[in-house]
Amino acid sequence: MSFGEQLSTLFDTYNVLGAFWVNVQLTFWAAIGSFIIGSVLALMRISPVPSLQFIGTAYVHIFRNTPLTILMTMAILGVWTQFQLQLVSDFKANFFIYAVIVLAIYHAAFVCEAIRSGINTVPVGQAEAARAIGLGFFPAARHIIFPQALRGSITPLGNTLIALAKNTTVATVASVAEASGMMKSMIEFNSDLIFVIFLIFAMGFVVIVVPIGILTTWASRKLAVKR
Amino acid sequence: MSSSVLFDAPGPRGRALTRIFNVIALILFLAFIAYVLVIMHRQGQLEAEKWTALFTARAWEYYFIPGLISTLKAALLSVITSLIFGMAFGYMRLSTSAPVLWFATVVVEFFRAVPVLIMMIFFWLFLGKLALFSPQQLPFIAVVIGLTLYNGSVIAELLRSGVKQLPKGQGEAGLAIGLTPGKVLRSILMPQAMVTMLPSLVSQFVVILKDTALGYIISYPELLASARRFGSGEGNILQTLVLAAVMFIVINFALTMLATWLSGFLSSRSSTGVKKADGIPGEIDNPNPATIAIFKLPKN
Repeated sequence: MSFGEQLSTLFDTYNVLGAFWVNVQLTFWAAIGSFIIGSVLALMRISPVPSLQFIGTAYVHIFRNTPLTILMTMAILGVWTQFQLQLVSDFKANFFIYAVIVLAIYHAAFVCEAIRSGINTVPVGQAEAARAIGLGFFPAARHIIFPQALRGSITPLGNTLIALAKNTTVATVASVAEASGMMKSMIEFNSDLIFVIFLIFAMGFVVIVVPIGILTTWASRKLAVKR
Repeated sequence: MSSSVLFDAPGPRGRALTRIFNVIALILFLAFIAYVLVIMHRQGQLEAEKWTALFTARAWEYYFIPGLISTLKAALLSVITSLIFGMAFGYMRLSTSAPVLWFATVVVEFFRAVPVLIMMIFFWLFLGKLALFSPQQLPFIAVVIGLTLYNGSVIAELLRSGVKQLPKGQGEAGLAIGLTPGKVLRSILMPQAMVTMLPSLVSQFVVILKDTALGYIISYPELLASARRFGSGEGNILQTLVLAAVMFIVINFALTMLATWLSGFLSSRSSTGVKKADGIPGEIDNPNPATIAIFKLPKN
C-alpha cells in the first residue's frame, strides 16, 4: 500500500474529526460552566464579606493546586461508582457530562483569578472619580469599573480558555471518546504510521489553540484601555 | 487590594450589612458541608475504617511513599530538563540570526499548543516501538520528555519576555562599552531577566508537579496510580484519592507561597520591578502563545 492509501484507510477507519469535535464540545460547555462559577467566585473574593472571601480563596487554592487527572478520577471512581450518581441515563452522555463538570470546576479557579487580575488593572483613581461625581456603588461598578476590568482580563481569560481546550484531553480518564484516546488506539493498530498520526493530532490542537490566542491578543490590544 | 477599587470605606450601615451577609454566607456554607457529609454518611463513606486504613504502615510503605517518590522523581528531573531546554530555546528566541530565531519560534509555539498528554502518549508508544529502554522505564521517560517539551517552551518564553521587559538602556549601555550582542545578552540582560522571572518560574514548577499526574494515564506508577491501586484493594477509593489530592495541594500551596514571597522580596530589591506572581501560576500566567505569529518571519 502506498503512503497515500494508508492515510486514506486511516481516515476511513477512524473518525478523527469526530474525536476532535468531542474536544471542541467539551471546551465549549466547560468554558461556559467555568465562566459562570469563576465569576461568582471572583465576586465572592472581591466582596467585603469575610466569610465569602474565605470560601472563594479556599476554592481557588484547593482546585488550582489539585491535578486535573485526580479530579477526573475522583469524579468517575469516587463519585460515579461509589455514590451511583448517574446524571443521565445514557452511558456515554453521562461520562461526557461528568467530564464537563470536572473541567468547569477546575478551570473556574483560574477564571476567578483572571477576572480578579482584570479588576486589579483598574486604578483606584477611577473609582474615586466615580464616587466624586456622585455615582453610587452599582452605577460606579457598571459604568466605570467593570468595563475596564473586563478589558484587562481578556488576555488571562484567553489563556485560561487555551489551557481548557488542551486539558479536554484529560477527559480520556472519564472514558470520553476524545482525541487523545483515539490517537492512542490509532498508533497501537498502525504503529508504522506513528509520526503521521502524532502530527495529525498535534496539528489539530494547534488549529484549535492558535486562533484562540490570536483572537484574544487582537481583542486585548483593540480594547485595551489607554492609560 | 482589589476590594479598595470597588468598595469605599463602609459606614455604620455598610458595616452592619457586611456582618449580616457574613453570617448568612457562613450558615449557607456550613449547611452545604453538612449536606455533603450526610450524603457521604448514608453511602457509608464516613465509616472509620475507610479513613483509618489510610494511616496504616502498609498503606504508606507499599503505596503512598513509593507513589510520592515516583511523582517527585519525575517532577524534579523535569524541572531540571525543562530549565535546560528553556535556557537553550530562550537564548535562541533572542538570537539575531533569522533562521535560528525562526526555528526556535516554531518549536516553542508548537510545544506550547500541543497538550502534554498527547506528547506523553506519543513518546510512550514511540519509545516502546524503538525498544531502547526497558518497559518499566518507558512511562517515566515519556512523562519527563512530555513535561520537558511543554514546560521548557514556557520557560523559554518567560526568559524572552523577561529580557524584553528590561529597560532599553541596559542593552545599549552594554553595546556602548564595546560588548558583542551575545555578550550583552549573557552578562547583562540574562542575569536580570532570570531574577525577574523567578516567581513565574516557581509557579511553573507547580504546573510540572500537577502534570506528573498525567503519567497515570500512561501507566506511570505515580501517586495517583498507587493511591488508586490501594483504594481498589481496600474498597476506599474515594478516601485514598482525597489523601493523594491533599498531598498535591500541600506541596503546591507551599510552592505558590514561595513564589508570592519571592516576587515581593525581589521587587523590593530590583530596579526593574518583578512580574507579580499572585495572579495565576503556570500555564495561565504565561505570555499568550499567539503574541508571536507562528509563521511570520522576523524582519532583519
